Order: sequence, then C-alpha cells, then structure tokens
Amino acid sequence: MKELSLHILDLVENSVKAGAKLIEITVTEKISDNIISFEIKDNGCGMDKEFLENVVNPFTTTRTTRKVGLGIPLTKLACEQAGGSFHIESTPGEGTYLKAAFMYDHIDRQPLGDIKSTVLTLITMREATDFIYTHTVNDKDFKLDTRELKEILGGVPFNEPDVRNWLNEYLGENIESLYN
Amino acid sequence: MKSLAELAAIREKALSNVNMRSDNDSKIRVVVGMATCGIAAGARDVLNAFSEEIAKRNLDNVIVTQTGCIGMCRLEPLVEVYTPDGNKYTYVKMNKEAAAKVVNEHLVNNKPCADLLIQEGM
Ligand SMILES: Nc1ncnc2c1ncn2[C@@H]1O[C@H](COP(=O)(O)OP(=O)(O)OP(=O)(O)O)[C@@H](O)[C@H]1O
Ligand SMILES: [Mg+2]
Repeated sequence: MKELSLHILDLVENSVKAGAKLIEITVTEKISDNIISFEIKDNGCGMDKEFLENVVNPFTTTRTTRKVGLGIPLTKLACEQAGGSFHIESTPGEGTYLKAAFMYDHIDRQPLGDIKSTVLTLITMREATDFIYTHTVNDKDFKLDTRELKEILGGVPFNEPDVRNWLNEYLGENIESLYN
Repeated sequence: MKSLAELAAIREKALSNVNMRSDNDSKIRVVVGMATCGIAAGARDVLNAFSEEIAKRNLDNVIVTQTGCIGMCRLEPLVEVYTPDGNKYTYVKMNKEAAAKVVNEHLVNNKPCADLLIQEGM
C-alpha cells in the first residue's frame, strides 16, 4: 500500500462487508503534535476477542486452517514503521473501532495520498451505507454526512454522473481549503 | 465553491431522466476487483477512471461495480467486462490510461482490447 488513503479504503471495505449501516471516518493532521491519524468506526457485526487477536496477528497464530487476511496487518505494519501505533477494538453485535496513528515527520510515513478519491469511491460505490467523513488539519476542519446529502437528493443516487461530479468537486474544494 | 443548492438543482434535473433508464439486463457491466490486493495495485484509480470516462461519453448502457478478490493477485488491478450477449472479458494489470482505452475501443466501439486481455499461460 503506497498511501494512507488506500489503507482507509481497504479497511472501510471490511466495515461494509461486516454489514455496517453507518461508518465514521476521521482523519486528523496535527503538525504541532507531529501526528497524523485516521479512525474508522462502524456499527457492523463486530468480532469476538479471540478472532480479533487472530486477525491482528495472523502470523503468530498456530492455526493453519484459515486463510489469513492482509488488510489489518498491513496497516499495523505501516504504523509501526512510522513511529506510530495501531489500536483496534470490537464488540460482537455492536461494531468495530480502529485508530491508526503515525509520526507526521517520520521518513517512512506513507503520504495521506488521494483521500478525495477514497471518499468519493466509497460514497458512490456503497450507496446503501452512510458515511460521516471528518478531516481536520491543524485548526481547520471539514465534515460531510451522507445522510444530509441523501435528504437533498431524494433518491437520486450518488453514482448518477452529475451528482458524482458535484461530489468530486465539493470534496476536492473543501479538502484543499484545509491546507490553505 | 460548490454549494448544496447546486446539488438540489442537479436532483431536479436527474429526476426527470432517471425514469428513462433501461433495465440492468441489457447493460454492459464493468466489475473492478477491490480486495486488498487490488487496492494496493491501484484499483481505486482504475475504477474512478472508468466512472469518469463513461460519464464523459454519456454511456448510460454501462454500469460500474466492484467485487472482492478475483483470485489472480499478481495480475491486479483486474477488471471484468460482462456484455449483454453473455460474454466475459478479463482485463489485467490495468491503469487509468488502459481504462480509458477499454471504454473507447471496447465499450463504445465494441472492439475488445486484445493487448490488455488475459493471455493463456499468464
Ligand atoms: N470492521 C470489521 N468488522 C467485522 N469484522 C471485521 C472487520 N474488519 C475485519 N474483520 C474481520 O477480519 C478479517 C480480516 O480482515 P483483513 O482486512 O485483515 O483481511 P480480509 O478482509 O479478510 O482480506 P484482505 O486481505 O482482502 O483484506 C475479515 O475477513 C473479517 O472477518
Ligand atoms: Mg480486508
């Protein structure tokens, strides 16, 4: 994975597969604290303790019956290589929360990358799921809640070309303004 | 800046078109592999390139969807094209430029891009 925004896309797909109806994605860049982090919170099916342990550390397990996933271990590795930390907690029947934090100025820290594309892809391809996207850069922030957009759209889908175009530009302008 | 008011206007315009859409059976389906292996190899940008090219050309007979692991991780990003005549085409090692080419040559002009299709023994 070359970008943090690709880890986010991959991990949010886990939440979608877990049947989540609402997924909160939070990206926080605080240069004064030398930190960049992302959090993903879902209300999907969750995982029990033993399963979660296995998912996070697939290569330390003695089990060989199950094909191991790559997504979560790859993100954990990216954190550890950039002086950061990875935290995940889950409750069966309630949902999952994870936070990946990185040292902002660490030489091996992957760039955030094209976060706009990640958010656009999720919203347009996962119509049935609601997303809250919050992006903070130092003292500025941007928040988008797809439930509010759906109310305006009254049933017109996000993948309708004109809507998708609008969303692309809306996301682009608002994310860019965080850096000015 | 883009405003929510503009979105409301887009909705009005779209609502008058939506009804005219034909049913999904007669459409071309473009399916992009978006498991971890696909995403790591660049599937996100390939998927968005398809959506953008298709929108640019007003192709309302094509739908773009995604799937999990197609099972040939080293050939990712993988894209399957299903045509209404029942054929399936598997494009491998895709990128944005290749996506635009598939839209133009295959989806518009009905000439599959032989150089991008999976080859025997790959
Ligand atoms: N948010 C979540 N809610 C519920 N279960 C989850 C969640 N995230 C991960 N899991 C479980 O953990 C497993 C491992 O996830 P991981 O992303 O590491 O690999 P994967 O999705 O199985 O495969 P891939 O390598 O394509 O990502 C998943 O198959 C799923 O069972
Ligand atoms: Mg996964």
